[in-house]
Amino acid sequence: MQQRAIHPSQERPPFWRDERVLSVISQIVVVGIVVGLLAFFYTNMVSSLREQLGVPIDYGFLKQTAGFDIGESLISYSRSDTYARAFLVGLLNTLQVAVLGIVFATILGIIIGVMRLSTNFLVNRIATAYIEFLRNVPLLVLLIFWAQAVFFKLPRIKEAIILPGPIYLSNRGIAIPWGIPTETWPTYTRILLGGLVLAIIVTIVLRERGKRTGRMPILSLWFLVTLIAVGIIGWFVLPQPPLVLDRPELVGFNTKGGRTLSQQFMALLSGLVIYTAAFIAEVVRAGIQSVSKGQREAATALGLTPFQVLRLVIFPQALRVIIPPLTSQYLNLTKNSSLAIAIGYPDLFAVAGNTILNQTGRAVEVFSLVMGIYLFFSLTTSLFMNIYNRRIRLVER
Amino acid sequence: MSGQAQQDDIIILQNVNKWFGEFHVLRDINLNVKRQEVVVIIGPSGSGKSTLIRCINRLEEHQSGEIIVDGIPLTHDVRNIEKIRSETGMVFQQFNLFPHLTVMENITLAPIHVRKMKKDEAEKIAMELLERVGIPEQAQKYPGQLSGGQQQRVAIARALAMRPKIMLFDEPTSALDPEMIKEVLDVMQELAESGMTMLVVTHEMGFAKEVADRIVFMDSGEIVEVGTPEHFFTNPQHERTKLFLSQIL
Repeated sequence: MQQRAIHPSQERPPFWRDERVLSVISQIVVVGIVVGLLAFFYTNMVSSLREQLGVPIDYGFLKQTAGFDIGESLISYSRSDTYARAFLVGLLNTLQVAVLGIVFATILGIIIGVMRLSTNFLVNRIATAYIEFLRNVPLLVLLIFWAQAVFFKLPRIKEAIILPGPIYLSNRGIAIPWGIPTETWPTYTRILLGGLVLAIIVTIVLRERGKRTGRMPILSLWFLVTLIAVGIIGWFVLPQPPLVLDRPELVGFNTKGGRTLSQQFMALLSGLVIYTAAFIAEVVRAGIQSVSKGQREAATALGLTPFQVLRLVIFPQALRVIIPPLTSQYLNLTKNSSLAIAIGYPDLFAVAGNTILNQTGRAVEVFSLVMGIYLFFSLTTSLFMNIYNRRIRLVER
Repeated sequence: MSGQAQQDDIIILQNVNKWFGEFHVLRDINLNVKRQEVVVIIGPSGSGKSTLIRCINRLEEHQSGEIIVDGIPLTHDVRNIEKIRSETGMVFQQFNLFPHLTVMENITLAPIHVRKMKKDEAEKIAMELLERVGIPEQAQKYPGQLSGGQQQRVAIARALAMRPKIMLFDEPTSALDPEMIKEVLDVMQELAESGMTMLVVTHEMGFAKEVADRIVFMDSGEIVEVGTPEHFFTNPQHERTKLFLSQIL
């Protein structure tokens, strides 16, 4: 208002030359075109499905009986369950591989990335060779090789490879010792839950104290210490241990007891982990190297120990560079898990996009669900990583 | 060397040599700095000035000879290195402030984590220092929000927060815009007048003339000439010194 008062000569240009009006108009036009096209495709698809094939879009088939078996499942499932349940089985299998894969790939990636920066010739070269080999092989080739050459070539059960534990490696899968809950297990889970609450309280208290003193303790460490301490105390306080270790043993032509992981699962998980770790290693290396040498020097000159230099100066800055590309590696791993179909692991895509689709022929419905679920996983991951990234962003100007 | 002389000399360099690979950066350096003395090191670029002061707090390792700082010999002993680092403050050409921390956090980081000081106490000291360098109102800002001159003054305050006995300056004004050089030099001059022992690598001849007790001229890794500013600017002895001065004055 004041501006106009100071420059009375500045008149409003005709609307077709006014950049403010033009930018609004152009946006309306673009949105109109996009919406129009989408609506056209959608109505076209619906009408042709209905008129030519006689199958309107309908998700009702999900309630029908699936009638097929799934190799492995985290929840109880049989062929008399519904398609919806089969969907859920695939979804959980995907989630299992994705979550474990992200955790292990991050750990392995950080180790390889730090090794890559080592001044030790051998360590450095091993890391470089690892990264260069794995980054430059197609993932599908790697997965099939990994499955065919390593996991599917395991000996017959009678000649099973036995690792200390015992762990049995055979063509029946990988049998590992596993805990079996006893009567006190429900109580123990409640103790652990209490421990979790206590750990959160301890973390909050320590963080407040850290803010007051300026010396922030390593919060995640104290969180874990509290939780583990409660876990150990609870274990011994209970009249009976909440878990007994069940060791697998050879019985006839199979292993009994413990828990058996399928070769497909192990092949997919380890393949995704070693592949993604190579990329994460490069992300970590680039992040640490992006912090200028002067930062380390200034911190060292102030008398900070090498560990303090890393924790207080290098890592917080490296993290800013690491987080965005790390997010896309997490998304890649999740999406790449759909290659499970190539080695026979029943993930979401193998179950839904292959079996269910073949049985029902409902391509639009099945794929809209499958893509929607992957999209949901990815967007959720992105959301959390973006929130984290915003919290640690640098302030400039 | 008498006991008295050792008392007075806070930095002693004896026959210090250093190589970067084949390149001989420091050749038989002998230099003693007294308490409260301000020594300015000048010389052409690549003459080893920065390397020399970086050896004093072990940012670079010397390969032969002896360095003794406040009676502590600089050896491979990590404890000695730590002690010396906590007694020497350093200011860099590129400021090297920590961009992820506020000005206040930059200054209190080392007192809290190295000196194990309480946060309140460290912040009180930090505020005093910020007032001393003339920018108390910037305490809660981030380095990226400050001008170069302000950043360098924060860097000086950060080094002073450790209560060092010696301050090392590695071309503190070389990365600054001309109009900001003076504000930093003023702070340094005030510091020198307060009795701080200072070793300054600089190209600011005005500062050298006015503030230095002694000037050291280095060329090709050697100390060529040492003397008072008066001696230096009126009556330099060596050809190389004369050549250098004629080029920059």
